Amino acid sequence: MHIPDGIINGTTSAGYAAVAAGGLGVALRRTGAHLSEREVPLAALVAAFVFAAQMVNFPVIAGMSGHLLGGVLAAVLVGPATGFVVISVVLLVQGLVFADGGLSALGLNIVNMGLLGAIGGYALFRLVARTLRGHDRGVAFAAATAAFVSVPLAAASFIVQFAIGGTADVSLGKVAAAMMGSHVLIGIGESIITAVVVGAVMASRPDLVFGARLQSQDAPV
Amino acid sequence: MTLDTRTKRFILLGLILSVVVAVVVSQFASSSPDGLEYVADNQGFTDTADDHAFADSPLADYGSGVTDTDWVGTAVAGLVGVAVTFGVVYGLFWITRRRNPKAST
Repeated sequence: MHIPDGIINGTTSAGYAAVAAGGLGVALRRTGAHLSEREVPLAALVAAFVFAAQMVNFPVIAGMSGHLLGGVLAAVLVGPATGFVVISVVLLVQGLVFADGGLSALGLNIVNMGLLGAIGGYALFRLVARTLRGHDRGVAFAAATAAFVSVPLAAASFIVQFAIGGTADVSLGKVAAAMMGSHVLIGIGESIITAVVVGAVMASRPDLVFGARLQSQDAPV
Repeated sequence: MTLDTRTKRFILLGLILSVVVAVVVSQFASSSPDGLEYVADNQGFTDTADDHAFADSPLADYGSGVTDTDWVGTAVAGLVGVAVTFGVVYGLFWITRRRNPKAST
């Protein structure tokens, strides 16, 4: 899912870089005001874990793999603004240290996997979590649902980017159909990993799960 | 930094798990192209991609240039990546947190 340099033209990439930078500025101001001391190492841990999990490509169909994007996972564990920053740092490190994801494409990737994944994904999570209020596994289930949707959402965003600034002279319709089809399947993997990790943290330290606050705050006392 | 023992232990266990995933489990990762690469190959736009600016760095492509032994390169990349992502996020939030005197507790 990491867009390399060259696939999307410079103007489009620069526009998305501006959106990503603006979003990160807002997110950092938010975390600066709200992040408590004990949440700092937690956020760092989530970044390390998402990086690690992204190294493990899982087979999807013959000849194609997928990997965790982690936006929903991070947002549910440490909050949407913090999660967005966390995913952006992972993408930055992957681009600068591991040559994964083009440097000019960083804004495109941050919007697809960070902004849409963590902020958009958390909005989806909230929607589902509210309807499951009080259920034992509501948080994990809502996270899994949002995680599943977040992958085709990122793919859809790529299609928009490709439509605006794609440099190749190929059929947009075919690219769109192939992107959506493949990423719906990859979303299943995203959903399973997110459910297992959120479920495990909910079972051991529910007090550390940001997304669980939503339930306790909303729950009628 | 005042963290209770249970949370410290949670962070430590989480870090150990992350290292295991990045260093050991990653050895069994599928080497097939991911969704986007697969679509680019099939739809014929892979060749519009430029080489990465740091394609020749030893850690490029998760350690392929560290040694000739693949698993060692992957292990080194995993270890470095976990350490760097943890360190950068920790440092970033620590700095932005301290710059804001109104930070809630």
